[in-house]
Amino acid sequence: MLAAIGAIIGRDLRLALRQGLDSLLAVVFFVLACVLFPFGVGPAPETLARIAAGVLWVAALLAALLSLERLFQADYEDGSLDLLALGPAPLPAIAAAKIAAHWLTTAVPLIAAAPVLALILNLPPAAFSSLVLALVLGTPTLSLIGGVGAALVLGARRGGVLLALLVLPLYIPVLIFGVAAVGASQIGLAAQPHLFMLTALLLVALVLAPWAAGAALRQALD
Amino acid sequence: MTASSLAALPDQLPDARAVFAGRGLACERGGRRVFHGLSFMVCAGEALVLVGRNGSGKSSLLRLMAGLSRPAQGSLTWNAGDIADDSEAHHGRLHLIGHQDAIKPALTVKENLGFWARYRGAGPCASARIADALRAFALERLAELPARYLSQGQRRRLSLCRLLASPAQLWLLDEPRAGLDRAASASLDAALAHHRAAGGIAVVVLHAEDHPPEARVLDFDAVKAGG
Repeated sequence: MLAAIGAIIGRDLRLALRQGLDSLLAVVFFVLACVLFPFGVGPAPETLARIAAGVLWVAALLAALLSLERLFQADYEDGSLDLLALGPAPLPAIAAAKIAAHWLTTAVPLIAAAPVLALILNLPPAAFSSLVLALVLGTPTLSLIGGVGAALVLGARRGGVLLALLVLPLYIPVLIFGVAAVGASQIGLAAQPHLFMLTALLLVALVLAPWAAGAALRQALD
Repeated sequence: MTASSLAALPDQLPDARAVFAGRGLACERGGRRVFHGLSFMVCAGEALVLVGRNGSGKSSLLRLMAGLSRPAQGSLTWNAGDIADDSEAHHGRLHLIGHQDAIKPALTVKENLGFWARYRGAGPCASARIADALRAFALERLAELPARYLSQGQRRRLSLCRLLASPAQLWLLDEPRAGLDRAASASLDAALAHHRAAGGIAVVVLHAEDHPPEARVLDFDAVKAGG
């Protein structure tokens, strides 16, 4: 079964590399959304430093949402999902493998771009490490929750809008603790408590989300 | 040999006395009864041909047989064991070729086939099997071509290659001849004959006139459609 999961992740990574556009779009959206803020709120460095953490997190969250709709859609439409379900991996494992590949192809580029954008938004360099750590711990949770949403809206018309409505409220805890971690180190406090909370959220999502997504996929296949 | 050991060791000979049967099956799609009271039985080495008008439930029956959906009534059994009791073992012994071909246009022909073979655990001799499968359906010269350039018939042939790239005792084929030229059709017949000679079972949705010799025929027009 591990070989089967590896095969799915390998195929999805290869597809993402060949079709490049999806992961590129997410990063470009992330960069543009962050760069728009100085134009909107004015270039005063202290204002930007105050809102930087929130802007980065909200932009990253929306960018991650952008490509979620296609997570299972392509496999559902071309019949691959039927064949995946008929293979050795159970549906929760299939969902977990596809979510992992989605995180690798969309969230990792976002994390890599975040420090550069933090510089543009005048975030104090002391907060950079906690920003990256918080993103590393928080974005997998976003992908996992998003995966459940993507499986639920499979086959629905206007699935993308429905997905945003379903998933965005569930992103709030990650947003709160992600921003708090950066904010704490910005004013010289310890970021650890918030990072621990992000870890806890990740562990809960890791246990529950693949099963929920697998159950939703089962509904879509029937 | 149990069914689960067959799934775990794909290169072993299939179960020579396997019996795949359904009794009193009913199927509902979107709240409408498609068919009911349908029974069938196929043994190792046999083929069952499903014929009938459009919308009579042939493809739905294939999905029931694959275990992708559950019958509204009745049961499907493999060697007297309900397939729902051990769906993993059942999935391991079947291939489904549906209307959708599950081909990724960005991957090459070989990568497409290789993924499904690896996913199903084709084992160490996977690359030899893949090469054989491509040769059997005359795709070996297109192996490195991205699948987006394939014609409809070539896509069909690539899906059929999955049958040979990893072994399975039960083949479920939904109108496998759609879009095939005469040579590819003959290749399919040869593959089916070989599969049956080795003790395999095939369930094929076909048009009435071109079913293989000595196959059992299940005519959906004769099964009373439910009201």
